Amino acid sequence: MASGIKQMDRQNAIAGWLFMVPALAVFAVFVVIPIIFAVIVSFTDWNGISPPTDANLVGLANYKKVLITPGITQTDFFTALKNTTYFALGVVPAQTILSLVIAVVINQQRLRFKQFFRVSYYFPSITSSIAISLLFMLMYQKDGVINSFLNTITFGLWPPVVWLNDPRGLFHIILGALGITVSTVPAALTSTTIGGVTLWNWISGPSVSLLGIMLLNTWTTIGTMMLIFVAALQDVPLQVYEAAAIDGATSWQAFRKITLPLLRPTTFFVVTLGMIGTFQVFDQVYVMSSGGPAKTTLTIAYMVYREGFRNSAMGIGATVAIVLFFIIFALTMIQRRITEGRES
Amino acid sequence: MTAATGATTSTAARAKTGQTKQRVITFVSYALLFALAAMFLYPFLYATLTSFKPLPEIAADPAHLWPQTWTTEAYQALRGLNVPRWAFNSALIAVTVTLATVAFASLAGYALARVRFPGSKGVFNAILGTMMVPGIVLLIPMFMVLKFLGLVDTYGGLILPKLVTAYGIFLMTQFFKSIPTELEEAARIDGANVFQTFYRVVMPLARASLIALTIATFQGSWNEFQHPLIVITVNNNLYTLPLGLALLRGNMGQNLQWNVLMAASMLTTLPMAVIFIVFQRYFIQGVSYGGVKE
Repeated sequence: MASGIKQMDRQNAIAGWLFMVPALAVFAVFVVIPIIFAVIVSFTDWNGISPPTDANLVGLANYKKVLITPGITQTDFFTALKNTTYFALGVVPAQTILSLVIAVVINQQRLRFKQFFRVSYYFPSITSSIAISLLFMLMYQKDGVINSFLNTITFGLWPPVVWLNDPRGLFHIILGALGITVSTVPAALTSTTIGGVTLWNWISGPSVSLLGIMLLNTWTTIGTMMLIFVAALQDVPLQVYEAAAIDGATSWQAFRKITLPLLRPTTFFVVTLGMIGTFQVFDQVYVMSSGGPAKTTLTIAYMVYREGFRNSAMGIGATVAIVLFFIIFALTMIQRRITEGRES
Repeated sequence: MTAATGATTSTAARAKTGQTKQRVITFVSYALLFALAAMFLYPFLYATLTSFKPLPEIAADPAHLWPQTWTTEAYQALRGLNVPRWAFNSALIAVTVTLATVAFASLAGYALARVRFPGSKGVFNAILGTMMVPGIVLLIPMFMVLKFLGLVDTYGGLILPKLVTAYGIFLMTQFFKSIPTELEEAARIDGANVFQTFYRVVMPLARASLIALTIATFQGSWNEFQHPLIVITVNNNLYTLPLGLALLRGNMGQNLQWNVLMAASMLTTLPMAVIFIVFQRYFIQGVSYGGVKE
């Protein structure tokens, strides 16, 4: 009997590893090795064209060029960081709040056409980002659908905007309306720079063009996040709400005191997904703006691609990618800390 | 709103105002929900109709919805642009990648969930760990590996790296952990070995999970853009639909032929739309599984 169990253990071990072989092989070659290379390339001057073995080790030179030494690379990186941050700060709250509200509304028991609503809201999420980007490019034309729609609902007050070729920052536009422009602000704002970007430019807000991409991104992601919230809502037992109603709670109180706390882990998950997604926004930028106008839609992910594959500077591209990894990692950790802190 | 109804029926007087209020709320909710549905669906209708317009009509008034003259010239133009070949490539890659992912992820997931072999825990954690690495970080080193292996500008380069995903392994592991072990134990007592148990007993139970994984993988592969962008550098015959579409737009420069671009976009969208409408509930299931991750 004892030897029988031993034999079964051995059979198990062999079978286990056999089952794992195909997955492990793919993983080793196309995930583990690239992860190691990701770090190594950032210490080299590889141009992406010559064989990788010809590249020279340059130590921390790429990191210095990206983060410290004043120059176009540093300015581009901090511009990209600024743009990406505005992108995330706009899109993540918008997609999280909208998808939560929609999920709560369509999860009502007696709602009709539920399936139709769910399917139509989720539909954009299943489509190709490239096809959607082209579609929005057409709608964003100066005499296109979006301007004419905004013009109609504002009774002709909306001035046609050249959505994808307008580098003006949103906050700059608002400040400008209040009479605060680049020529009237204290000189310190335009002469002091952090990371090669002036303070005045740091507070520009997203450009009109970036805003256009942000709206598109929110539009395509709401569906997925809504479904995640709906799945979580369905796990909340109805009796909880019934009990609250008997105790005289209004629907708003029930939402604040029951739904929101129960959805906290789901919200954490959705916000994390949103942050990881927005900090890597790439496809839309590639198709719609290539980082322009005036680099106001240059994102960190697009810079990784541009440096590596357009400017033949794989080392710089890999460095930006590693920095991006640490930014995303840090944000996730901070967010986890905040969520856990609130729970306890 | 269930709660609101309950709360307002506490006294008769409040019930009446409550009912009117309830009706207004219901009406406003439906109006908003339908408006929202229109916002999500209108662009697709608009793009489809635009693809049937002649180019001068779009230039004259891009905000006009209905075509004045219907024409299929945009769709005819697609044939000259090698689009059928790109569609074939996209389909071939998506099917291969999906079949492989489902097979490899099930095998690996079963091993990790059931067959206690030395090192299984470490392997599972390592695979989970790789999910933390953002895709864009691997863009450049992936290109490097493909260059080392001579896979740039080949089908191999497009397919091999995508044969299995961490998400797939994770999904299947969680599923196999969730089913009771009794059936397998019974099969083992009856003399079935590990492989027989896997194929005859466990896999049939996994149908719903397998369909969800199939759909998620197919969708991911069909819409994938970044990977083909770096793998294919020159060979137009190896483009996938999203890659071809993006480069088509690039090649047109400032003279964008909107009817052609919309025709190609809608052709790219159509297969996913059909699959989605047929398999709705599995899409929703796949997303819900994602939500379990945390």
